[in-house]
Amino acid sequence: MSAHAHSEDGHSNDGHDFAHPMSVQTLLLVFFALTFLTIVTVAQSNFDFGAFEVAVVMLIATIKAILVMAFFMHLIADKPFNAIIFIGSFVFVGLFVIFTLGDSMMTSGSFEPEVDLMAPAVAEPMEVRVDGAP
Amino acid sequence: MSTIEASSEVAHDDHGHDHDHLPFLAHHFDTPEQQFDSGKLGIWLFLVTEVLFFSGMFCAYAIFRALRPEVFEGCSQFLNTKLGAINTGVLLFSSLTMAWAVRCSQLEQHKGLVGTLAATLSCAMIFLGVKAIEYSHKWGMGLLPAGLFFYDPNNPHPADQPNYLIYICLPFAIALVGVVVWLVISVISDNAFQVAVAKPLTVVCLSFFVGVGLGMVLESGGEQHVDAHADPDGLAIEPELETLERENAAATALSGAMVPVDEAVLKRLSTDVTNSGVLSSLNAFEQQNLTAGSSVVMNEDEILGGITTTEVNVMTPRTAGVFFSIYYCMTGIHAIHILGGIAVLVWLLVRAVRQDFNRQYFGPVDYVGLYWHLVDLIWIYLFPLLYLIR
Repeated sequence: MSAHAHSEDGHSNDGHDFAHPMSVQTLLLVFFALTFLTIVTVAQSNFDFGAFEVAVVMLIATIKAILVMAFFMHLIADKPFNAIIFIGSFVFVGLFVIFTLGDSMMTSGSFEPEVDLMAPAVAEPMEVRVDGAP
Repeated sequence: MSTIEASSEVAHDDHGHDHDHLPFLAHHFDTPEQQFDSGKLGIWLFLVTEVLFFSGMFCAYAIFRALRPEVFEGCSQFLNTKLGAINTGVLLFSSLTMAWAVRCSQLEQHKGLVGTLAATLSCAMIFLGVKAIEYSHKWGMGLLPAGLFFYDPNNPHPADQPNYLIYICLPFAIALVGVVVWLVISVISDNAFQVAVAKPLTVVCLSFFVGVGLGMVLESGGEQHVDAHADPDGLAIEPELETLERENAAATALSGAMVPVDEAVLKRLSTDVTNSGVLSSLNAFEQQNLTAGSSVVMNEDEILGGITTTEVNVMTPRTAGVFFSIYYCMTGIHAIHILGGIAVLVWLLVRAVRQDFNRQYFGPVDYVGLYWHLVDLIWIYLFPLLYLIR
């Protein structure tokens, strides 16, 4: 491959090959690992982990995400700067979610739309009817 | 990416003057590697904005789930885990073929590149086909965002609903017919390039209907909606509810204003209709109405159906609507990203048939691949968070 690269690079000022193709074996292994983890995450939903359920689910999803990022997205062979930028975004996502969640826990009661708060007005005529019955 | 293409066109024009220049290398870059790295940094920055964009929705999810965990548990039962799992598998496989496509473009395997791109596109279409089944099924049941939500447990499949599936399938059917017509025309006019593009695209358009078929099979066999397609009249009543209703039919007929009543009282009433003791029971009912009517009873229509919920009912427009708002927002925007990915992948497919990519110029395939993996990444989190809540 490098010999081939050399012969074609002769006319350009680029001396080396910058493509790093992933081997088919790696790709298939990662795919099967991801499929296996999907089965695991579906299977775990049949067991009751109580309060840890969200943690278990997020852990499995994060392992899958790391596999995708490292191999499918080539971060393992990529320039570290790209990985820093991308992983850095998750730091800000974490800050965003934690602060907003914390704020909502401390201040807000419920954000539910008041679509059926109209109901007492509907119930009133019925009350009159029941009153009039006996 | 369009900039790169536009500038590569410019490079083409100047080719006569500048023999040292590669046709795909834009003038403002020194080397193909510099061009590739710049583009890659750009796409990573774009992916960061995408992550932050989706984080807003994940944040909304976290807040509402923290406030009302029982609503999420109850409503999640309406999402078909089988369909979600199949879609996860399909999307993971499309990620594999996309990563493989990047490899093919780096190794200048032009046929392999066309094949893997077509496979990725087909998987995307299957995903959308399954999604169409999921959405149309829920719309028909009235499981809609807050404000539009009208699901009624006693009549989960109203007969007067339009066939949403046809409306969703229509654009894809038109696309399929268009591509087939194009294929026929290009075969007749003997345009080898257009035939090479239209052939995989025909398979891609057909894949949508494969997805619809797959979704139908899984949905009808799904454990949550056993009665989903058995009754076109929309008279489906869950078995236990049906017996309950028969039991309290007598009470319903006699008492004018209905309230959720004790099951034991109901049973007694239904067996002792001719008994004179029923009168005192009815009086008790009336008394109960007077006390309950002012505060508990809110919606007469719901009560007429004879709901006898003993636990907190989360399937009200007020609470369940919020869950389905979040569900449609997250999965819908994800589906829009899939549609966007399909558009760019078709562009890649055309260029792959044209053999535009080589060892030094595979950037566009790599960038689209990164975007596609991000869409997959988001689904990896969406699936367990929405479908797998106990």
